[in-house]
Amino acid sequence: MAAISQPQKNVLYPSSTPASPVGLILRLVGIAILDAFAIWFVSQLIADQAWFLAFLVVIVTIGFNAFFLSERLYPFRWFSPGLALMILMVVYPMVYTIYVAFTNYGTGHLRTQEQLVQSFLEPRGSNLYIPEGATPYEFAAYRSEDGRYLLWLIDEQGNAFAAAPGEPLKANGEGIEGIGPLDEDGFPETIQGFERLNRIQLASDDTINTQIFGTAEDSIGISGRNAARFELRYSYDAASNTITDLSTGTTYTGIEGIYTSTTDPNDTLPGGYYVGVGLGNFIDLFTSPAISGPLIIIFVWTVMHALFAVLLTFALGLSFALVFNSDLVPGKKILRSAMLIPYAIPAFISVLIWRGLLSEQLGPISVTVRDWFGWSPPWFTDAFWARIGVLLVQMWLGFPYMMLVCMGALQSIPSEIYEASNVDGANAWQRFWSLTLPLLLVSVGPILISSFAFNFNNFGVIRLYNQGGPAITPTAGWTDILISYTYRLAFAAGTTDYGLASAITIVIFFIVLVITVINFRFTGAWEEVSQNV
Amino acid sequence: MSEITKAVASPNVDQKEGYWSARVTRERTLRLVIIAFALVYALFPVLFIMSSSFNPSGSILGQGIIPRNASLVHYNALLNSPNNPFPLWVWNSVKISTITAVLAVLISSLSAYAFSRFRFKGRRTLLLTVFLIQVFPSTLAIVAIYLLLQTIGEIIPPFGLNTHAGLILVYLGGALGINTWLMKGFFDTVPRELDESAMMDGATNFQIFWVIIFPLVRPILAVVAILTFVGTYGDFILPLVLINEPQEYTLAGG
Repeated sequence: MAAISQPQKNVLYPSSTPASPVGLILRLVGIAILDAFAIWFVSQLIADQAWFLAFLVVIVTIGFNAFFLSERLYPFRWFSPGLALMILMVVYPMVYTIYVAFTNYGTGHLRTQEQLVQSFLEPRGSNLYIPEGATPYEFAAYRSEDGRYLLWLIDEQGNAFAAAPGEPLKANGEGIEGIGPLDEDGFPETIQGFERLNRIQLASDDTINTQIFGTAEDSIGISGRNAARFELRYSYDAASNTITDLSTGTTYTGIEGIYTSTTDPNDTLPGGYYVGVGLGNFIDLFTSPAISGPLIIIFVWTVMHALFAVLLTFALGLSFALVFNSDLVPGKKILRSAMLIPYAIPAFISVLIWRGLLSEQLGPISVTVRDWFGWSPPWFTDAFWARIGVLLVQMWLGFPYMMLVCMGALQSIPSEIYEASNVDGANAWQRFWSLTLPLLLVSVGPILISSFAFNFNNFGVIRLYNQGGPAITPTAGWTDILISYTYRLAFAAGTTDYGLASAITIVIFFIVLVITVINFRFTGAWEEVSQNV
Repeated sequence: MSEITKAVASPNVDQKEGYWSARVTRERTLRLVIIAFALVYALFPVLFIMSSSFNPSGSILGQGIIPRNASLVHYNALLNSPNNPFPLWVWNSVKISTITAVLAVLISSLSAYAFSRFRFKGRRTLLLTVFLIQVFPSTLAIVAIYLLLQTIGEIIPPFGLNTHAGLILVYLGGALGINTWLMKGFFDTVPRELDESAMMDGATNFQIFWVIIFPLVRPILAVVAILTFVGTYGDFILPLVLINEPQEYTLAGG
């Protein structure tokens, strides 16, 4: 019972309390089951070539083993479920986004190199060609009423076989019904259901040239007046990452994810794969005038928007929480619940309702304000008032959250402190500023900072309120924040550029990170929280 | 020690004064007036939502609070449309949100207890990491989450795309975020002496957590549960991207 002799030590360097043998066995069995599952899962992932995910699962599994087997790592047992989920569902997408930021992933570059090369090598229509000097077959062509084709071919050795699109070649037409007597050249004069084409018919039939007779792997086509075996049109050389078009002899080299002719830069193969572009996206972001032009305006507004959204909602939420935090209010619980109703309505509906309420012509708020003052603000067309409108909506959306958080925090402030201050003769105002607020900020401070970070990227509200408008430039608006601007750049023009969008995301992440850390240092919230108890 | 479990008695009530004294009455009236204003502010947009739900025109423009020709058209359409199994979507939403909220509370309270009670190497780093990771703008990460669920779904179908379990898993990834901080702050206010005396009696850490601390921190558990529930219930981007079967839709997605 070390706990009794050294209680402090037990707290500072906790260990699992001496486990019963049953508990130990249960733990070992649990770990064994988990490991077995993980091994199976990882092997499946590797089979799917999901390397990075497999790597993360291995890390998580090793973590579980270490935490549950080592006494020294005992406290981490308590984090393991949360950490495992966080690594898989939050860290993985994060790392993936960071990876994409250094590639040109997007429209025209959606496939891996392997997938793209495969698409050129698989035997299908446009990938097949008949080489110049291919040995022609003797042939006769037949056509059915409903436009199906059949070829009868005789090779150099005199072997006859029939070929129909999509079916394997059939020696001597085996399995085809109703083959009539052969003529002197060895071709059937009639085939039941088909009409034999003469030279003129054949020359005037355009569709027969596009047919692939036989299966994809072993097929015959008609080019001009000859029938010959199809060959694959492209050959791939992995060492130099080049594709050669055998029909023209042109060699294409992979340049920035597109196979481009070595002689003519405008001659490219269709499709592209994604490939690392280094810092290309980041350089684009800061040098391209179309992107960086309105960046300053948007950045300043992003910070202001997040700051005001937090301050306004906190001020309102705290005021309400203070008013309700008293035994003098009859029916406190019911009234308080009513105050939280706005929170129960999904934000996307609330924003739409507010759009309606503020609507410049007919919105009830605009109409009322006009009745009283003879003028109502242009909530959507004027840069300044649109921003005010966004903040009004944010305030209404956000105050219940702050109220809820503040009510919880107010309850954790011990009442003895207030009794002491009553004795000292402090009035309510002094009590609030010198006691309530500082004590509250200790527990609510991190919430405020996190709320700031959330609003920094509050894409939904901005997008739904006015789609970022009114416009500064075609791709930027006065109420746009960085993340909605990113969205416009990356997706709105009908093409997607995940690479660029991810690069902006990472830049935003670092900005928020820096602001958050500064906030922590500045408010001292971090020190107090981490040293608490 | 037990006062932390109860609502703390209002600091403004001086015990010597009676409930109906002049000062107390004045304060109560003031509070009630402010509350009345607050309620109007909080609820009038909600009233508009309700009134437009009874309004057959489908637009909230130009209508009064009380619609002139109230009708149940929208409710009828909502409840009886075969293409939109609305009650099913409500059920899906409630189910997903409830499971997420309960599991998130469990996961984050375990972590919060450890943060609050144990001192170990890496504690500060972990605390800060948990906080900073969630400031990552996740708008784009959705592409990655989609691919992730697709991969998982190929191996373990019940957790793939179009499944509620997969969606819940994604939501739980965020369980360790601000909730842990919120709870840790509250756990810190529970006196250490409780733990120590329990430890003297031979309780294990888990017993202390489950039997002693857990019931004491019910208010914050409720707050976190509500926050998670509402956050999940109101989210529409994830269900929109990850779920494509009308049968599996949540409310917002549908």
